[in-house]
Amino acid sequence: MARRVGVVAVSKTKYGEKPELHLQDLVFEVVQRLLEETELRFTEDGSGIDGTITCSQDHWDGWTISSKNAVDAAGGHLRSEEKVAEDGAYALYYAVLSILGGHYDCVLVVAHTKESQVDGRLIENFGLEPFYLRLLGLDFTSCAAMQARQYMSAYGITKEQCAQVVIKNRRNGMNNPYAYVPEILTVSDVLNSPILCDPIRLQEAKPVSDGACAMIVAAEEKAKKWTDKPVWVEGMGCCYDRHYLGYRELKEPLSLKEAARRSYSMAGITNPCKEINLVELSEYYSYQELLWSEGLGLCGPGEGGRLMDSGDIPINPSGGLLSGVPVNVAGLDRAVEAVLQLRGEAGKRQVVGAKTAVLHGTGGVCGQMHCVINLRRGF
Amino acid sequence: MGQRVAIIGIGQTDHCYMRTDVNHEQMINEAVRKALKDAELTIKDIDTVIIENMDLFEGHYLSDGMTVDGAGMYLKPGLKMNTGGTSGGTVVATGWHHVASGLFETALVIGWQKQDAVPSISALLTAREPLYDRGMGAGAAGLFATLALRYMQETGCREEHAALARVIMADNARRNPHAHLKMRLTVKDVMSSRVLVWPLRLLHMSPTSCGSCALILANEKRAKKAAKKPIWIKDLETTHREQSVFRGGCIEPEPTLSSIEVAASNLYRRNGISKPAKQIDVWELYTPSSWAVFPWMEHLFICEKGEAWRLVEKEAIRIEREIPIEPSGGVVSTNPIGASGVIRVAEAALQLRGEAGERQVTKKAETAVATAWGGCSWTVMHYLSNRL
Repeated sequence: MARRVGVVAVSKTKYGEKPELHLQDLVFEVVQRLLEETELRFTEDGSGIDGTITCSQDHWDGWTISSKNAVDAAGGHLRSEEKVAEDGAYALYYAVLSILGGHYDCVLVVAHTKESQVDGRLIENFGLEPFYLRLLGLDFTSCAAMQARQYMSAYGITKEQCAQVVIKNRRNGMNNPYAYVPEILTVSDVLNSPILCDPIRLQEAKPVSDGACAMIVAAEEKAKKWTDKPVWVEGMGCCYDRHYLGYRELKEPLSLKEAARRSYSMAGITNPCKEINLVELSEYYSYQELLWSEGLGLCGPGEGGRLMDSGDIPINPSGGLLSGVPVNVAGLDRAVEAVLQLRGEAGKRQVVGAKTAVLHGTGGVCGQMHCVINLRRGF
Repeated sequence: MGQRVAIIGIGQTDHCYMRTDVNHEQMINEAVRKALKDAELTIKDIDTVIIENMDLFEGHYLSDGMTVDGAGMYLKPGLKMNTGGTSGGTVVATGWHHVASGLFETALVIGWQKQDAVPSISALLTAREPLYDRGMGAGAAGLFATLALRYMQETGCREEHAALARVIMADNARRNPHAHLKMRLTVKDVMSSRVLVWPLRLLHMSPTSCGSCALILANEKRAKKAAKKPIWIKDLETTHREQSVFRGGCIEPEPTLSSIEVAASNLYRRNGISKPAKQIDVWELYTPSSWAVFPWMEHLFICEKGEAWRLVEKEAIRIEREIPIEPSGGVVSTNPIGASGVIRVAEAALQLRGEAGERQVTKKAETAVATAWGGCSWTVMHYLSNRL
């Protein structure tokens, strides 16, 4: 990389349903906290934040050009603001690129979503191929169920192993003051919860949630000046798979493997399971944590269940998406959590001695596109 | 600074009202194939693909996922941008940052819009703040009528001048094989067309078009080996502004345009441009209405405040004249919204290559400015040159 890019500061709301808040309130809260903490301002002379990159989706906001919600609250008035219309991890990815290219030195990244104000199933239906799939009434959960079936039957993954993901993540959520639904569950709690779409049960899907998170990233020299605890972006990669489910091998997260390969090769990582201290990944459903672990190269094909049983590597110490993180915000929240861990500021959920982390965001049906970013503690 | 960035491939569809012969993915694919052919490359030479779309317009959620095959994104990195009307400008900026970062040697950037699928006004109606502004209705007509009336009151410009600007755009569009409306118009035709919101008439507004435009960007190393003369994107600028009509819209003086002034000031300052009318040879402006060309020219400092209509009256903005503006026929002739910002950059680059065919400007063209406009009066601006 031409220059190193580091994270200066992070902030997030507590997640949960927030009917009393306007979309702009969510953005304002996280941005204001960052400005107070860093004492940085939106400036023109290079002494503060140079530009803003936002992340949201028009459908979820019910508002065409949804970044209008963030422009004034995130310092975009008569200044630069660009919206990434993908998962929040892509917003961080783009922010780092725009600093590497030299146009900016310091960028504010902010993602928001208020899932509770819309019926997400209708939106997901609009995310499917319009002529053949949409009319079937499919949504992302019903498609994910097909993926779960194929994955579980191909490799003998058990429904108990999937339930264990939920139990672990909700338990981890107990240590995370920002988590929406921390709780202690048993296997029977999970497997006796109502079926959404066989084999996926209510407790195995990400709950509906509202919130925002934000981050300030800067070029090395400025990051060092503005924080004693910089966290460096060491590698990044993203990748698209095909859209039509019939063209895809759903049990093989092909695009995730490619995104991870790119990120690891940039970061110089050859044995991810040994060289990475913690993983924050985007599991919208229980089985996805196992499948994405394989895609991230933490274990071989079909070994996701075994990896989780072994507990070799801390995955989602934050409680993950299953503890309640909004879509779009998800990937950037993974980054915020990874940064808190690497700074040693993760409180009760701290992974002791964490020096390196990988985070993952995904979008589209059955994880069509993935973004992987490697971070390293810089102090 | 990072890598320098050039345009090495340009492709666009023949834009029109309906494309019932193709779906959105096939339409995008047409532009992508043309851009690859223009650059004499294959999709294997492309390192990353950046696409834009305003999801609610076509009613697709995560439409980038849906167009993977047509856009050539399969197993490639890339992402989707959406900043409303400026999306086309933004997606070029995003591609620029990707190549400038040094992580990618080439980037394919794509803008598209298929307005025959869904009436775009249904999406535009959700563009305003829901509690205070949305009840007023939305769409561009009211905004441009306010702007037109104000401009007439303050400067002495008359309806004839806006009509003349529209006639010039129509004359330009007839020379552009890709343009949507290729009309033969007179000032009288424009002035007798139906009133939308007085003084704005039907022919003053951009049409609803379907179309796609793709550019291939490359770093210096690849640009020097390019098949066509590389056109350098020397610098760019994005300026957005807050949304409320009440807070920033109709009440303040020069209500909706200050983003153009801010962007132009920043861009000119960084690039040593003190006399834009002399130093910039071609202008591809995003003017959704022929009324917009006057204030746009003034906010780009092409002339003094209140003087733009006089330049139009003298027809100085024609292809053959000293300040050629929108030789492509502009957005009033062709408006596949998301693609329009990319088309502005593409047309400016064609002019600098000297490959604009019948619409090639007469003067020697070495520098150009392309703008995108949209959102709540947001601006993205690109400064192009045929020299490194």
